[in-house]
Amino acid sequence: MFGSNIDWTTVAEAAGDTLLMLVASLAITVILGLPLGVALYATGRGRILENRVVNALLSFVVNVLRSVPFIILLIVMLPVTVLLVGTSLGVAGAIPPLVVGAAPFYARLVETALREVERGMIEATQAMGGTTWQIVRRVLLPEALPGLIAGATVTAIALVGYTAMAGVVGAGGLGDLAIRFGYQRFQTDVMVVTVVLLLVIVQILQVLGDRWVARVSHR
Amino acid sequence: MIRLEGVTRRFRSPAGVRLALDGVDLTVAAGEVFGVVGRSGAGKSTLVRTLNLLERPDAGRVWVDDQDLMGLNPAALRAARRRIGMIFQHFNLLHSRTIRDNIALPLVLDGRSRVEIASRVDELMERLGLIEHARKHPAQLSGGQKQRVGIARALACEPSILLCDEATSALDPETTEEILALLDQLNLDLGLTLVLITHEMEVVRRVCDKVAVMEAGKIVETGATADVFLKPQTQATRSLLAEGESRTATPRPVGGTVARLVFRGERTFEPVLSRVSRETGVDHAILAGRIGRFRDQAYGQLEVAFAGGDPQVAIARLRAEGVEVEVVS
Repeated sequence: MFGSNIDWTTVAEAAGDTLLMLVASLAITVILGLPLGVALYATGRGRILENRVVNALLSFVVNVLRSVPFIILLIVMLPVTVLLVGTSLGVAGAIPPLVVGAAPFYARLVETALREVERGMIEATQAMGGTTWQIVRRVLLPEALPGLIAGATVTAIALVGYTAMAGVVGAGGLGDLAIRFGYQRFQTDVMVVTVVLLLVIVQILQVLGDRWVARVSHR
Repeated sequence: MIRLEGVTRRFRSPAGVRLALDGVDLTVAAGEVFGVVGRSGAGKSTLVRTLNLLERPDAGRVWVDDQDLMGLNPAALRAARRRIGMIFQHFNLLHSRTIRDNIALPLVLDGRSRVEIASRVDELMERLGLIEHARKHPAQLSGGQKQRVGIARALACEPSILLCDEATSALDPETTEEILALLDQLNLDLGLTLVLITHEMEVVRRVCDKVAVMEAGKIVETGATADVFLKPQTQATRSLLAEGESRTATPRPVGGTVARLVFRGERTFEPVLSRVSRETGVDHAILAGRIGRFRDQAYGQLEVAFAGGDPQVAIARLRAEGVEVEVVS
């Protein structure tokens, strides 16, 4: 009978693990990706801290990380993960590859959002005697805030997909459940439930993100 | 006071090197309203941006209030910039901040105390009639209101100079007049030195004591507004002034004497021309004309064709009445 394979406790635990991975990795991704994105933007051609060498270097690193398929990154990262968090398993073991996969992606979104800030505003702030740091903190980041939040929403949703893949290397969570029970043991009902839960998570993230963007947007 | 010496700025592009400023010398006295006019691409925008080193010249010197801006270290330059306000064609207000917080921004950047910022911002909003808009965001204001906010923000640190980069070019004629009246008043009340970049001649006539005309990165003519506008010495100035004038005066009569008359000040409103006509018996036809007002004086410019009698007698009488006469043909 459909549903007979479902152990709701396991499902709840798995969902909890997925959310935990998502929240932790998103937080660290934003913490790392934001400054990286600002650096990518600021060192760019004609920007406030134009620096070709630094920009080329950062851009190269970001491109390399982004070009590695996440499933490969998971495996390549194993030794580094063990070094960083002591294990490659469970929620903790999933976070380093999730962050390394998502931070460069978010950094590019940050860079794009910052480029949307009109040059005139930066010039006006320079004309007022603002320092480069003040321009970043008081003008660029607040003006780009809707874009930064929209970017974080997109990144969060990408991370939901990544957490499912991380299940393959023993991270746990809904993806793990789907693969081990839904796929390998042909328990279609488990598969359906996990996919629906993932869908709900993505839906909620998008709605919350959109609302937040609307609230901080004053254009 | 502002002084530029031999200021040169080159822009490199795939198309080659372009001289945006070509050895510009310029002096603006303290308390003066100084206009810079020219076609787009003449270099006037680059010029105004060198005055606070938003654009750093490749050669030359920029002196503002006896400070050599190019010799300053970054911190000293930032301090100097606080004494130079700037307003823009597109206002450049921050969308993310309320009107109040936009006006407060330069004070925040300067690290002023919360109390000082609050009282200074209140004072500026009061002066510029912005109190009711304090909590709104720029997107909720009209163009004229936004420029008022821009002006309030520029005045926050009590500058001695205000740079206006096409500040009225995005505004309709009524709002332009309102903003110009405000700038005029600020100059009179605060002794603020104004440098206005514009392509609108009417703006210069209305508020500028002096004007410089730019062409291809050079200042080709400069002087008191009335002198430059009534007696242009260069083709660049003449063609700028001719724009927007009606062309209905042509064709001219053949054989008659045609002269340009310039009336200045109160002479403009006196019936000089008809009196001379009556007394000398020389008739006249008005071919083109303009009566208007500079910042400090009224003026009239007429192009007339004399007919009957001796035109030279009429011209001599007009000159005796204080009318400037230039015989065209």
